[in-house]
Amino acid sequence: MAVGSLGSSTTRTKVAPWNDPVIRGWVFQIVVVGLVGLLAWFLVSNTIENLQRQKIASGFSYLHREAGFEIGDTMIAYSPASTYARAIFVGMLNTLKVAVIGIFLSTILGTMIGVGRLSPNWLLAKICECYVEMFRNVPLLLWLFLIYKLISEAFPGPRQAINVLNSFFLSNRGLYAPVPLADPTYHWMGIAFLIGVVATVFVKRWAKKRQDATGQPFPTIKTGIGLIVGLPVIVWLLGGAPHHMSWPHLKGFNFDGGIVIQPEFTALLIGLVLYTSAFVAEIVRSGILALHKGQSEAASALGLSRGQVMRLVLLPQAMRLIIPPMTSQYLNITKNSSLAIAIGYPDLVAAVNVTINQTGQAIENILIIMAAYLSVSLSISAFMNWYNKRIALRER
Amino acid sequence: MTDVMPAGERRQLAPPTVETGVFGWMRKNLFSSWGNGITTIVLIVVVAWILSNFLHWALFTATFDAKSGAECRGHGACWALIREKYRYIFFGSFPYEQHWRPLFAVIAMLAMLILSSDRRMWNKRLIAIWGIGSFITFLLMFGEISISISLILFMALAVGGLGMILRGSIAPPAELNGWRALAGIGAVGLVLRMVGVLPAWGLAIAPFSYVETGLWGGIPVTMILATYGLLFAFPFGILLALGRRSNLPLIKGLCVGFIELIRGVPLISLLIMASVMLPLFLPSGMNIDKFLRAQVAVILFAGAYIAEIIRGGLQSLPKGQFEAADAVGLNYVQKTTLIILPQALRVVIPPLINTFIGFFKDTSLVLIIGIFDFLNTANQALVDPNWAGFPGEVYLFAAFVYFCFCYSMSRYSKYLEIELNKGTRR
Repeated sequence: MAVGSLGSSTTRTKVAPWNDPVIRGWVFQIVVVGLVGLLAWFLVSNTIENLQRQKIASGFSYLHREAGFEIGDTMIAYSPASTYARAIFVGMLNTLKVAVIGIFLSTILGTMIGVGRLSPNWLLAKICECYVEMFRNVPLLLWLFLIYKLISEAFPGPRQAINVLNSFFLSNRGLYAPVPLADPTYHWMGIAFLIGVVATVFVKRWAKKRQDATGQPFPTIKTGIGLIVGLPVIVWLLGGAPHHMSWPHLKGFNFDGGIVIQPEFTALLIGLVLYTSAFVAEIVRSGILALHKGQSEAASALGLSRGQVMRLVLLPQAMRLIIPPMTSQYLNITKNSSLAIAIGYPDLVAAVNVTINQTGQAIENILIIMAAYLSVSLSISAFMNWYNKRIALRER
Repeated sequence: MTDVMPAGERRQLAPPTVETGVFGWMRKNLFSSWGNGITTIVLIVVVAWILSNFLHWALFTATFDAKSGAECRGHGACWALIREKYRYIFFGSFPYEQHWRPLFAVIAMLAMLILSSDRRMWNKRLIAIWGIGSFITFLLMFGEISISISLILFMALAVGGLGMILRGSIAPPAELNGWRALAGIGAVGLVLRMVGVLPAWGLAIAPFSYVETGLWGGIPVTMILATYGLLFAFPFGILLALGRRSNLPLIKGLCVGFIELIRGVPLISLLIMASVMLPLFLPSGMNIDKFLRAQVAVILFAGAYIAEIIRGGLQSLPKGQFEAADAVGLNYVQKTTLIILPQALRVVIPPLINTFIGFFKDTSLVLIIGIFDFLNTANQALVDPNWAGFPGEVYLFAAFVYFCFCYSMSRYSKYLEIELNKGTRR
């Protein structure tokens, strides 16, 4: 605004107060803030009056009361006797589960399709283009309904479940799979896995330093896989190789034992991943297309294969352009996972919605939703900003 | 050419057959290498398999004419269901004999959209198109429109005030006096109405029977929510974007807070908020229509996203434009409306259309708060026990309709991007 730049000049001619830009600016601000404050006061006073009239309690004390509703998919121990706070937390974990897996899968699928659209193979490029247009131009919710209905209608009931090796059962109740019985060794395997990951990071740093200094490459990827997979396997063998599994078996009208991936979760995840990867593909494609043609030509001239050109030359540069729009796609996945409520997957919004219906305390619950999503959104953008800064072009 | 030939004897050699024509094209694009060739063959097999299965289901064994779902069973796709239900899917619970009304409302809205996509219309004609088109649309949908005198006076005040602000220092005195008169009539009239001097007159236009918004459904609902959501969100978004770029700390704080808050939460949470919290916010006895509540939620949501797009346009302008406008002595309104916005908005038209596509799809979320948009009516068509068990057909049909809308808009946005950049392109 002109106001600031004019007001800061030191040699000001004397003007009347109603013509002074600084004073004008403040008056304008005070008027606007006053109007907003008035609106807020109007809404708040109405709300307080309405709450009193309808005898709706306020405050967050309901969180400690018994929730009393079932949740189909829980990552932590939960029963209807648990508190509302725990129910909402279970929903939050489900949201995060869908978001994290969805982000991971749609990045991979989207990158593949985006690169596929640039393939010299005409047929592959066209198929990828059809995929992108098909998923981009139809609402996500429609895909979710379609996929969910197909899963629940196309697959047989539990009694006629598709039986794979007598251990995997695919039915309209979801995919049942065997799961290892709890054993302390698994905790140690988890720790070994983490150690493997950390060690790989250090090996990679050391290998890069060595290559920069001496030019000798080091098989980082093989070593990394060896560390990440090998360490847990060694621990597993040391722990006496526990191999007792919980096998799913038909009991009454449904399966018992094993682990289940529910159709709601599957439908939500498939829908989110297919939909978002169409957008990711476009981002990746435009990132690569934005690079100068000389980059790929120079790389080819050096004798790199097409895969190497893509992996070593184009993608690292395209990353700089890709990261900011990709961040908003990741945020979109997280926010779109709230569509779970439409197909009955118990995510955060679904859990809170039940809580609203049972307690009638809409305001507190909406605040919880907003706080939860805002904190997730802010942490994703903080992480992506950090990553973006790390790979940004370092200019002198 | 190294060999010298007399001009008259120059002969055109046909290019080698393996490099042109169908075979040349195939060699270059499908079988350029071993890996490529194998990919092509695998893809052809997969595509042929999928297509043949799909066509078998959707065309060759499909039922196009049936009295109920039972007749379809055991065959392929049951398109008879669509034939039976298409009017419900398109127009929802709108009274059946009156279905021509939403049909013509949709045509009016489509005409508005198509007319405004022509660049020759991007001037004052646009206002006329949208004014008349919106009036026809809502008259057809509601059946009757009553405009109270307070509303007319308020509109006069608003339009006059807006004219005074925007045209204040550039309009000739005669025009300015017109704006002042309009605003004055509005203000005086409103005061008189409040005091009670003016009676509660109203202008009622009622050619058709009244249909409440609860009965609206299908395509008109989706189109109204998306179109008017964006239409009202646009000026709101401009104000938010300008506020975010302003030097006034309080204004900037308000705008940043609003934008980030809205963009950080899913649309569903806003819709739930609009359906359960808005009634609490208002004084008792005052009740806002459910459809209007959803529309308000969409406007607020769209406003925050549009603000960010416009901010991108504002940031793309070189600083010299702002400084030059200051140097010429323009005030803030003049600078913004005459120099900055015309340039900034031109840049953001293609992304704005993409946002519109996004909102056209996102309006489908209103089904969660029980509004019968196009996806919801399609969903409801599945509930009929006579026709149970054919979700694929209905959803594919709905997907096809959405696709037609969104794909044509995205093509238009691509075309416009090229068209608008002609001047800067070398």
